[in-house]
Amino acid sequence: MIDRLDPPVQRRAYGSGGINRVTSPWRANSVHYISIMIGSLLPLYALADVMPILPPLGFLIFLGWRVMRPGLMPLWVGVPLGAFDDLFSGQPFGSAILLWSLTMIVLELIETRFPWRGFWQDWFTAGLAIVLYIIAAMVVSGATIQLTVLFAILPQIALSVLIYPLVARLIAWLDRFRLSRSRRIG
Amino acid sequence: MAPPSSRRSSFSKKQQYSVFTGYLLATLGALAGLGLLALSLWQPSTFQPLRGGATDIAAPVGEASATVRSGGSSTWDTITGYWRAGSQNAQLRDEVEVARIQLAEAKAVEAENRRLKALLGLATQQADAIATTRLVGSSSSSARRFAYIGVGQSDGVQIGMPVHSERGVIGRVLETSRGSSRVLLLTDTESVLPVRRAADQTVAFAEGRGDGLLRIRLINLGLNPLEVGDVFVTSGAGGYYRPGVAVAVLSELTPDGGIAQLIAEPSATNFVVVEPIYEPAAVEAAGVRASEELSDEELAN
Repeated sequence: MIDRLDPPVQRRAYGSGGINRVTSPWRANSVHYISIMIGSLLPLYALADVMPILPPLGFLIFLGWRVMRPGLMPLWVGVPLGAFDDLFSGQPFGSAILLWSLTMIVLELIETRFPWRGFWQDWFTAGLAIVLYIIAAMVVSGATIQLTVLFAILPQIALSVLIYPLVARLIAWLDRFRLSRSRRIG
Repeated sequence: MAPPSSRRSSFSKKQQYSVFTGYLLATLGALAGLGLLALSLWQPSTFQPLRGGATDIAAPVGEASATVRSGGSSTWDTITGYWRAGSQNAQLRDEVEVARIQLAEAKAVEAENRRLKALLGLATQQADAIATTRLVGSSSSSARRFAYIGVGQSDGVQIGMPVHSERGVIGRVLETSRGSSRVLLLTDTESVLPVRRAADQTVAFAEGRGDGLLRIRLINLGLNPLEVGDVFVTSGAGGYYRPGVAVAVLSELTPDGGIAQLIAEPSATNFVVVEPIYEPAAVEAAGVRASEELSDEELAN
């Protein structure tokens, strides 16, 4: 069906609001970055003395935005966001810069190859990215690689993959918030 | 959903160039990240000021979460305490009896110790704590085991100082900035701590395994004298930790030692104490390479 050029106010996406409301540009351009940075910061405040327990929340949210809103963030955005993540993750500085940039490039390539997607395929792609990311992060973390460390990251990998759909819902909610008509004109 | 059509490269030269530039910048970013990563693995302290500054800003929020954490765990303890109040009470009475007797014995030993030390002319150095603080956070999504404390250089904390809780050793300070420090926990794979069995002088190294347990490796190989349930304390070798602080309990035997569980779990502690380096001269001496010869004045000291 061909969309109408200007649908009635009640049926416009992201809330009706009224005919004198538009999307706030500040909100539309900042919510995704702020949510990723908060995600990078949160694992710092949990105390894990035994093994890595929390999923890399910053990476999950970053991945979620990239998968759900392709083209929203520029391709090089892994550099600044990764640098911020490195400050708080306990990884050697540069590991997230490298891995997040590679994620952006690889997802771009996958997307040109398989342009039509659905929920299951998104989850599969994101899950694969999460597994590879956690293993790569362990390899570059400077820890001595031994069998015990490999076993210790298994619960983290499982939790991260399983929690992705929830993160995706959160991002969908944040996206509605991002694009909601909040700015009053006239 | 298919990606928006505007991102497919078309015949438009401008669009093709912008797609190309995006890939170029992302690749350059990845290469820069690789370079930074190699640099920080080779020289771990390079980015310390940057990271320390960031942690300084983030640490105060951690104080709040630490308070909530200790409050939450004590509430849970109270609830479980009600559940088994009667049987636990009787058990605790027995334990207190035994503990009182052992305390009296320990006092006698302490007195004898003091007398013998006075006889030898050894100065007893009871170090004052540098700072008391909470663990404000940790690297909970990384394979490394770091914790952050809310005190730093401005409180007198220096690199290498041991961090204790009321139960035993937590780790030692790895990096410090103005108002926060990073602590290498015992469970990290890069952490090695000289220990001895509390009952005798069997010396060993306690290495972190990265999964919450410690690996005890005996220095003298041969017949393994350890038994499950042995308590290990710091031996004081290396000069960082003062001797006699509880570290771990052996839970499993291996051919060259055993696997041990921590006595002081960082997540269960409320307050931790930063103590001065036990024997700074020993730490300095360990840093002298074999090729560098000590000068005469240094040898005289």
